[in-house]
Amino acid sequence: MAGAAVLGRLTWAPARVSDTVVETPRVRTLELEVPGWAGHRAGQHLDVRLTSEDGYQAQRSYSIASAPGDGVALTVERLDDGEVSPYLVDEARDGDELEVRGPIGGYFVWDGDEPEPVLLVAGGSGIVPLMAMARQRARAGSSAPMRLLFSSRTIEDVVYREELDSLAGDGFEVFHTLTREQPPGWTGFGRRIDRDLLDEVSWPASERPRVYVCGSTRFVDAAADGLLELGYEAGWIRTERFGATG
Amino acid sequence: MTGTAELKLDGNAVGGIMLELFGIEATAMPCICAGCGAREEVARLDVYTGAGIVIRCCHCEGVMIRIVQGSGRTWLDLSGTASLVLG
Repeated sequence: MAGAAVLGRLTWAPARVSDTVVETPRVRTLELEVPGWAGHRAGQHLDVRLTSEDGYQAQRSYSIASAPGDGVALTVERLDDGEVSPYLVDEARDGDELEVRGPIGGYFVWDGDEPEPVLLVAGGSGIVPLMAMARQRARAGSSAPMRLLFSSRTIEDVVYREELDSLAGDGFEVFHTLTREQPPGWTGFGRRIDRDLLDEVSWPASERPRVYVCGSTRFVDAAADGLLELGYEAGWIRTERFGATG
Repeated sequence: MTGTAELKLDGNAVGGIMLELFGIEATAMPCICAGCGAREEVARLDVYTGAGIVIRCCHCEGVMIRIVQGSGRTWLDLSGTASLVLG
């Protein structure tokens, strides 16, 4: 049967791990070589499928951390009772092969040519697609003002901490909050995200910002509710929830 | 103990299977609930995954789409969707 729908179908493609970077004790970045990769947009994700020797398959979705044009990197947090993430974080090594499907997503994306101020709100590994946007801002030379509010449990759990420090400035501001434990001399926030914290760091509603929120369902709901209370319109707020299975 | 709310995902999570089934990126496409008439992008709908995938309206919580895959086949129930724009 011939037809555009069939021709356009997305299939699983082989990928090879080309490098790995330890980000935190629970989080690792895997750089992938994907033959025929046609490029991606900041904020998109990939589905990853693993097949065991007996044919059992498990698949999960992981956000792409790299900026468009800068290869394919996934940053993965280990969920201890997960099927896929413990392998990706602890076991995968250079040369390992897996299957990927994607890139996926046309809603939770930011291309770098939008003029509006941008508010990024990340909970834990929810930083990953937002990091692709921050990297894209730098790479594309975007002048859109961008603020990131990043909630982590402890200072050791802050993914991309040094790179975020180096990206800050020139219209990109980073605000950290540590919800479980703060180191001596900590000058950032030290509580969960709520309406008051959002009010301190977010753009006034009159600026009609674009908002991207990524984290657990509970985190996303808290952030979105807080922003709505501050007068943001639902249509400005794009959200992506992370599952409890890894 | 994980409650149902913790298992809730959103329509971003079904971008891969929608791309596989329909051949196009669907998460930014508008979808109208047959129950309450709300119009939302697929990415904003509530998604629950288990043996199959259940996509619910984020306003009335009515079931809009059900997808089950197995044995090389896909069963797709769109009876809760008034319309879905593709492309």
